[in-house]
Amino acid sequence: MSRAGTIARRTFLFGTVAIAGGVALGYYVVQHPHDNPLKPGLEPGEAALNPYVLLDGDGVTVITPRTDMGQGAHSVLAAMVAEELDLAWNAVRVSDGPPSAAYYNAKVAAETLPFAATDDGFLARNARALGGSMAKVMGLQITGGSTTVPDGFDRMRMAGAAARQMLLDAAAEMTGVPRETLTTREGHVVTEDGRRIAYGDLAELAAQVAPPDEVRLKSPREWRLLGQPMQRLDIVAKSTGTQTFGIDIDLPDMLYATVRTNPRRGGTVRGFDASAAEGMPGVERVVAVTGGAGVLADSTWRAMRAADEIVFEWGEAPYPATSALMWAQLGESFTESLRDSRFRDDGDVEATLADAGDGAVEAEYRLPHLAHAPLEPMNATARLKDGQLDIWASTQIPMYVLATAERLTGLKVADIHLHNQYAGGSFGRRLEDDFIARAIELAMAAEGRPVKMTWTREEDMSHDFPRPMALARGRGAVAQGRVAACDLSLATTSVAQSQGGRVNQPIPGPDVTIVAGAWDQPFAIPHYRVTGYRAPEMVPVSSWRSVGASGNGFVHESFLDELIHAAGADPLEERLRLCDDPLSRKVLEAVAEMSGWSGPNMGEGRGRGVAFTLSFGVSVAEIVEVRQTDTGLRIDKVFAAVEVGRVLDPVNFENQVKGGVIWGLGHAMNCELTYADGMTEQRNFDQYQGMRLYQAPLIEVRGLENGDTLRGIGEPAVPPAAPALANAIFAATGQRVRELPLNRHVNFA
Amino acid sequence: MIRFTVNGRQVETDLEPDTPLLWVLRDTLKLTGTKYGCGIAQCGACTVHLDGFATRSCQARIGDLDGAEVTTIESLGTPEAPGPVQRAWIEHQVAQCGYCQSGQIMAAAALLAEVPDPDDAQIDDAMSGNLCRCGTYPRIRAAVHRAAELMQEEAQ
Repeated sequence: MSRAGTIARRTFLFGTVAIAGGVALGYYVVQHPHDNPLKPGLEPGEAALNPYVLLDGDGVTVITPRTDMGQGAHSVLAAMVAEELDLAWNAVRVSDGPPSAAYYNAKVAAETLPFAATDDGFLARNARALGGSMAKVMGLQITGGSTTVPDGFDRMRMAGAAARQMLLDAAAEMTGVPRETLTTREGHVVTEDGRRIAYGDLAELAAQVAPPDEVRLKSPREWRLLGQPMQRLDIVAKSTGTQTFGIDIDLPDMLYATVRTNPRRGGTVRGFDASAAEGMPGVERVVAVTGGAGVLADSTWRAMRAADEIVFEWGEAPYPATSALMWAQLGESFTESLRDSRFRDDGDVEATLADAGDGAVEAEYRLPHLAHAPLEPMNATARLKDGQLDIWASTQIPMYVLATAERLTGLKVADIHLHNQYAGGSFGRRLEDDFIARAIELAMAAEGRPVKMTWTREEDMSHDFPRPMALARGRGAVAQGRVAACDLSLATTSVAQSQGGRVNQPIPGPDVTIVAGAWDQPFAIPHYRVTGYRAPEMVPVSSWRSVGASGNGFVHESFLDELIHAAGADPLEERLRLCDDPLSRKVLEAVAEMSGWSGPNMGEGRGRGVAFTLSFGVSVAEIVEVRQTDTGLRIDKVFAAVEVGRVLDPVNFENQVKGGVIWGLGHAMNCELTYADGMTEQRNFDQYQGMRLYQAPLIEVRGLENGDTLRGIGEPAVPPAAPALANAIFAATGQRVRELPLNRHVNFA
Repeated sequence: MIRFTVNGRQVETDLEPDTPLLWVLRDTLKLTGTKYGCGIAQCGACTVHLDGFATRSCQARIGDLDGAEVTTIESLGTPEAPGPVQRAWIEHQVAQCGYCQSGQIMAAAALLAEVPDPDDAQIDDAMSGNLCRCGTYPRIRAAVHRAAELMQEEAQ
């Protein structure tokens, strides 16, 4: 039986549930478009040509319903519409629009399915399509999973093209000239004799035009905007201090607030004494919130200072209270009853390892919990007045926020208004809405006044939903200078289970994130097995930039490197020999060429390491060069080759890849959350630094466009960075580091 | 009453003397371009100029500021007329989330006022107190060099 068949029978549980639901609701519901969410809120003179194109006398506002967290979502989505609608790029306006099921993300569900990105078989294709239909039915308006570009690419271009047809119809009616003689350019309809009619002047007429039944999209050869370097729409504001983030919201009569909740996550509050805090300058009052208390004051500083004076009696942690106990729990999780998945089981691993006997290679890897710690601390502003709740916050899950607000206030969704904000980073943190819930609770106690709640950095870091710690064991064998067997066992707590538990959504079947980035790699190792173990829940965890692959990439590529070394082979040549995916081979070949690869050893205390990870459908190979200096290791250069299908904005693409590399390297160098007494021991950037500018290497990026599927680039550059660095350290020093962060074992300059 | 200037404008306040300048800028004066990131001088998002020197405003207590001159990102230029450092940041499209960039730009402006044509080592020294979680460091380096060129062009 083929591997796809085996996978389908044994592990299709999550997919099965989704498909059953989709079928029950029927084809009609799936195909039927949602109502246009812009229509109820239209002002006089405004026309919503479709859910993405809002027209008024001043021209077009493009609705970009994915949260811009710095990855450039608004600009790239607007560019897709602008391309087809022939907008002048420097005049494009964007808006998040209202939260709506119409803005569902059809691609994000595909990441939860147990099919490798390289699997284009019948089952995989159908499961992805049905996953998309389910997202449509459930109205999953989610930003995440590097899906903004692939999900938006057809939809946004079609929205632009359809709006253009309507504007041409309107212009034909206005001018009386035949429609086929009209063209569009830079936000205008242009007549044969050169008359230019601004789109804004066609708003009223266009609103009466029926949407076209079908549209023709430009071929990439006709593009003027996409594929070219473009100036991000937010770049001027972000270079002049004028970009408004959630933390900058200012409303009349606004109260400033902060909260303190039990740093033992999920622990109870036995009680608190706020008498000292309540007497401090500027303090309006102290109110109980879920898990702790909040201070309402006349400034953020006064609220924070008063919060320091509240005396809490916290309950115990509902999980092992120290890192040592957590490691022990992971160590005990490699059992049959906790086995979660075995999506890959090629050849006969056990027999090969038995044959190898003492020659087998074994290694254990440890990865710590990691905070998201976006530089903008968690914050939200809320106002509950006259039966209307307004929320100003940055979130990746607007529909869930509405549901949370509904549950807390008892209001109807129609009376809840979410104003999504630009995020000062997220990296997955804003897939949780805990901080928004706290702000709503404060607003409920504020008698109609708006409340801006800002967390201290200490509250933010100690109340994150981190990437889970993981323990991994590798066993392998080599023969005739080649890698013969690779058996990886990965134990961690389940991100899907933790997330699902918070929204009372059980996750049936395996959690793909436990093994993502390890089971699905395009290598034809003859005896190759990857097993996931779902450890009992510990601290609440969530998606951290590149999710499962962020840690599993380190395990897979470190262990593969060890096996290749044991085989006496070249790390790059052996990966190429094993790689059975043509697109991924080209990525490895490209990075070899970029770096002038001539083996891992560079002499004089220098070395280079290579790593490859396929995640979110994107094959990425990275080579890191390090050098020993008197003050420690320095990362000199990084080369990254990335297969993304098509690069829509080369400038932002390069920035995202470099940022992903630095994210991966910086956390590998020096970041971890450890626990004592149920609380994180790291609470601010003095203990959780990441990379600083003087440590930043030269980074060379090459985007490859050999594939025919468009992919997103926010996450996939992260996973190979840490293992490429560890492999480079091995090449330079002979020291194999199997634990992150690396500075537990080596010094960095 | 404590008196100092912010971007040339006189400020008088009777807030507690240990109030950090950061929160007076943000909450009282509504100059929100200066950001809160850590509160312990580790991230640099709150960097302003205090009498010309790059300073972490989360650590500057207003009680120590009587008579001081404070300059924030807002005084370096506007979206319509950005200053040279800001123009370099725009040209190189440095920002991703952009939250740290006010502090980065203020640190760079202070460096360039002192060292008109800094080399990479000087940039590393001056800019390494400013964290960027998005990882825009390569572009920050390039933009500082470009800002140096733009400032020299302007001076000629």
